[in-house]
Amino acid sequence: MSDRIVVDPITRIEGHLRIEAKVENGVITDAFSSGTMFRGIEKILQGRDPRDAWYITQRFCGVCTTVHAIASIRAVENALDIHVPYNAELMRNIIMGSQCVQDHVVHFYHLHALDWVDITSALQADPAKTAQLQQSVSDWKYSSEDYFKSVKDKLTAFVNTGKLGPFANAYWGHSAYKLPPEANLMAAAHYLQALEIQKEIIKIHAVLGSKNPHPQTFLVGGMALPIDPNSQNALNADRIAMIKEYNNIAKEFVEKVYIPDVLAVAPFYLDWAGIGAGHKNYMSYGEYPETNKGYPSDMWIPSGIIMGGDLSNIMEVDQSKIAEDTAHSWYADKDARHPYEGATEKRYTGPKPPYQFLEVEKDYSYVKSPRYNGAPMEVGPLARVLIAYAKGHKEIKPVVDSVLAKLGAGPEALFSTLGRTAARAIETLVIVNRVDKWINDLTENVRAGDYSTHAGEKWEPATWPKTAQGYGWHEAPRGALGHWIVIEDGKIKNYQAVVPSTWNAGPMDKGDIHGPYEQALIGTPIADPNKPLEILRTIHSFDPCLACAIHLTDEKGIEITKVQVL
Amino acid sequence: MSLREVLRSCGVSRREFLQYCTAVSATLALPQTFAPQIAEALENEDGRPSVIWMEFQSCSGDSEAILRSGRPKIGEIVLDVLSVDYMEVIMAASGHLAEEAKEQAMEKNMGKYLLVIEGAIPVNDDGVYCCIAGDTAINHLKKAASGAAAVIAVGNCAAFGGIPAGHPNPTGAKGVQDLVSGKPVVNLPGCPCNADNITALVVHYLVFGDLPAVDRHLRPKFAYGKRIHDNCERRGHFDAGQYVDAWGDDAHKKGWCLYKMGCKGPETFHNCPTIRYNDGISWPVMAGHGCVGCSEPGFMDTMAPFYQRLPNIPGFGVESQATKIGVKLAGAVAAVFAVHGILNMIRNKGMVKKVEAQHLDHDKTEEGGK
Repeated sequence: MSDRIVVDPITRIEGHLRIEAKVENGVITDAFSSGTMFRGIEKILQGRDPRDAWYITQRFCGVCTTVHAIASIRAVENALDIHVPYNAELMRNIIMGSQCVQDHVVHFYHLHALDWVDITSALQADPAKTAQLQQSVSDWKYSSEDYFKSVKDKLTAFVNTGKLGPFANAYWGHSAYKLPPEANLMAAAHYLQALEIQKEIIKIHAVLGSKNPHPQTFLVGGMALPIDPNSQNALNADRIAMIKEYNNIAKEFVEKVYIPDVLAVAPFYLDWAGIGAGHKNYMSYGEYPETNKGYPSDMWIPSGIIMGGDLSNIMEVDQSKIAEDTAHSWYADKDARHPYEGATEKRYTGPKPPYQFLEVEKDYSYVKSPRYNGAPMEVGPLARVLIAYAKGHKEIKPVVDSVLAKLGAGPEALFSTLGRTAARAIETLVIVNRVDKWINDLTENVRAGDYSTHAGEKWEPATWPKTAQGYGWHEAPRGALGHWIVIEDGKIKNYQAVVPSTWNAGPMDKGDIHGPYEQALIGTPIADPNKPLEILRTIHSFDPCLACAIHLTDEKGIEITKVQVL
Repeated sequence: MSLREVLRSCGVSRREFLQYCTAVSATLALPQTFAPQIAEALENEDGRPSVIWMEFQSCSGDSEAILRSGRPKIGEIVLDVLSVDYMEVIMAASGHLAEEAKEQAMEKNMGKYLLVIEGAIPVNDDGVYCCIAGDTAINHLKKAASGAAAVIAVGNCAAFGGIPAGHPNPTGAKGVQDLVSGKPVVNLPGCPCNADNITALVVHYLVFGDLPAVDRHLRPKFAYGKRIHDNCERRGHFDAGQYVDAWGDDAHKKGWCLYKMGCKGPETFHNCPTIRYNDGISWPVMAGHGCVGCSEPGFMDTMAPFYQRLPNIPGFGVESQATKIGVKLAGAVAAVFAVHGILNMIRNKGMVKKVEAQHLDHDKTEEGGK
């Protein structure tokens, strides 16, 4: 017998995502991913000043804030051949790195943890044993019996009010929850701690960029925050010390809480190292330029392509092989096209709301289906970590080896729901340490007398050619992100973004090949079709961001023949 | 269980709590003597109003903002105490169980819950550009608003349409005030809105049992009663004619006025300079970038291009009223930029005219005309 189950809204993500799945004999046999919100921001961008684009595209998403700003300024800089000062590249690295760290911490504790942690079970925990557990995994400061008793009392008091607020109606007590009460209590305590810590980590953005979400500091050609050790209105020694301190807070939490938690929880869920793999195709654009040659030279995290889980053959990314398919998306034009030639107009053909099911044999999503050389690709922390691992990356490979050794698993275990979650933690650890290096590099460069943060020669549109085109890439927390821009007479003629969650959340393509979310769900066991907790586990392991994923290109298209290869 | 008890169990002392209440009274522009009254209102037994927080054409930036809420430790606790019964970004439940939780909360608190809306609402083509649980944003909004005590629109998109309503507004995105009638609506625009202003609004509601006084754009006067320009720490440089001319020049390093770099502080009503962001660390002008006017109706079309002065845009009239010294300089700058064809860059002239007309009316009625 076959059940058709719908999860809408998928909560604890950014945006509006709907999953429909067919379940037979307790296993998902088919799955469909649908983005149900559309804004058309790329259309809104047309005719505007290219220097404004970063501000507007940053509003694609307020969770992975900054990432579209970065891709946008890089696209304009690429189009106009602008080279930004070394200080600005380092400031961008620090902002990108701290975004990644903060975003991953929030994802693990606030968006993903409740798929593995049963908060209600924490009420049965023994605070003394919880303290022992905490002390056995790290020397984190909050580890006393009294502390865990206070957390338990707080949770109990909260539950006793009868107003469960955001914790109401969840899948508590589900048979797929495996942690003992003490591990649940420890995780619940870390959930609350992480709420405070994430606010501290992200203050790096407030210092360097005025605020978060949506820092207001990016400029085509550099950054808006000047550097001057002798001014109180610029980045000076005091402000550098501030960002260093916030990063120390992040580092301590990642090393003493996040990583030990992943290692403590994973052994209870090792079956999830065999679930949720999907296509095993992975792509990374590479990130973090580390020398004064600037982006895209000398990147710390490498780019590459893995096909079919073959770690012995890492291919280079050739951007001319990227195309967006719309065979099952709510757009009029059905040809798969390269982003430079994107030619799509929205056309909703779904059921009239309110509806019960989507018509999945026809069009069923505002998300398109990007393909690389015709194949669906997964992007994100797992892709980055696998590619770096396969290339023998100096910082990443040892951490991966150590995590795998502790879990008693081989690299193939990474092709899974659990692997995605572990890779995100591994990446957080190496990046939080690298942010320290970038802060030091910035300090050294300032000490050497370089205060420059903006290359202004091409700021005025009068200095620009009549037409220009370019693209900017960024490895965002959720994966490979690309913006493509065409500038004419100082204005945006066309703009196109192909974002991580488009790669991952897209519907089937013209050959009815599923997107990565869909493929990863097929084969997943479902204990109770009325409480499909297992769907949340795999979908959340991708860290969906749907507002980013949905966009629109110009109906006229962009005519570009020359394609530059990174 | 009262807030006081919850706080005590989280290790928040009475003193810290009163300090917090004092800070809230400052945000609300109330005298400090109101702090005990705020404390009393927050400590009321079972004083947790139900909050339904719904996202439509949003980026979740305002949800994220509230997660960074300004006061350490206590921000989330106040939220806890609010009984957030529906909020997609953080809630544990998904799918039909999430919707069920919302229905239950609405039924149980009929006429009493606060409805918070984040993101614009698309109305073109019967609203198909935003669907949740199989139904449109517009239907969700109307249903949820009908039982709410008040509707709070957070962020510019929910207040005025914001980013998705930018020209040519492909989906017919609108703000809450254009779609909800018969219920009090309060706008907390900004991109994203400042979490401290949300907290302050809620506290005001709890303390006085009523919504705060609002301006003609339904923004609370305690947060949007003055222009950025009025409270800007760089105002002295504006008055002295000391401007940044290029990013990273000496004037920029010294923290001079960003007016010529396109700062929209003179046109924008918001309390950014006084409360700042992320625990008061900074705000855009302090970090060297001009204001872009994100709390104003018609944003972005009335404010873009961001890096140029917009001589025909509202603000100049208002500004000249207030700044006798500045007006001459402003006029000179405006004349210089006017010949650069900036008007060609303005994408939505209809919107600009509409907002300009409102400002002119405003000047006549409230400030005696130009």
